[in-house]
Amino acid sequence: MSNITDQGLVLACSAIGAGLAMIAGIGPGIGQGIAAGQGAAAVGRNPGAKGDIMSTMLLGQAVAETTGLYGFAVAIILLFANPLLGKLR
Amino acid sequence: MKIGSTLLSGGLGKLGVLTSDVEFGINGYVKYHLFGHEFELTTTHISLLIIMVTLIIFALIANRAIKKADPNKVPGPFLNMIEYMVEAIDNLTKTSMGEKHGYKFSNYIGTLFIFVLFSNISGLFGLRPPTADYGVTLGLAMITFFLIHYNGFKYQKSKHVTNLFKPIFLSPINIIGEIATPISMSLRLFGNVLSGTVMMGLIYGLLPKVILLFWPGGLHAYFDVFSGAIQTYVFCMLTMVFISQQFDEE
Repeated sequence: MSNITDQGLVLACSAIGAGLAMIAGIGPGIGQGIAAGQGAAAVGRNPGAKGDIMSTMLLGQAVAETTGLYGFAVAIILLFANPLLGKLR
Repeated sequence: MKIGSTLLSGGLGKLGVLTSDVEFGINGYVKYHLFGHEFELTTTHISLLIIMVTLIIFALIANRAIKKADPNKVPGPFLNMIEYMVEAIDNLTKTSMGEKHGYKFSNYIGTLFIFVLFSNISGLFGLRPPTADYGVTLGLAMITFFLIHYNGFKYQKSKHVTNLFKPIFLSPINIIGEIATPISMSLRLFGNVLSGTVMMGLIYGLLPKVILLFWPGGLHAYFDVFSGAIQTYVFCMLTMVFISQQFDEE
């Protein structure tokens, strides 16, 4: 265990942290599924309004996706632009 | 070694930790100095240049076709397509911003729509999508931010500022909410396009060449065309919704 460098430790922990950050993907998945299900129900009830329902559903899903993308941004920063490596020196 | 070497400010790539031939980062090509700072011409600039030249050529051809159009004849296929695009964008702005104000914004929304759409689907043609660079999407979102507040001051005058302090104890949250609008809009477009780019880069870099002959087609169809078109629509739609919120409170 003694031959792990400081840099290697930071990189390994950053990789684990990036994986953990992507757990944020669960929330938007559930939210988008609920939105799509309600959209399908709405089309079933009123097939004439399909265009409006589709655009509203897509807009809502895109807004719900934002939190997942924040998690993705954190993961990408940890992997490719690691701010923790700079603190070693 | 090219993995994300200057993706945000440089990281693992510079250390030489990842040495596979996965490539989805922003690479610098030409360095130059301006006002004492060092800048680089990157893949983003080159993709942007190619997209802009394509759009300008398309615009010139379309302009020529419109000028030569004979109103007494049936329009040809190319002219029909241009008319359809213009009408679709006019209808989009009219339905989401109202009959009164919508038409004024169809120029800007149309430009934004075509530019972001071409940027998102440029991954199909082997370019790195410019919208997978945070600088581009933040710029686009800042234009929306200034349009929101320009129209707010234009239509609501001083109420635009006083509305922020309506319940006085909520004013910090209101101000943060205003500032968060461009950040969340830009991160949404950036994150969606970047996730597609990263996944395509991993697939092209890591899979054996035989599988690459047929497998990435479906993924390109999803990440570049479907996701790109939806994100374009969402970005334009959010821009229109945020701007039209400023008209309602007249």
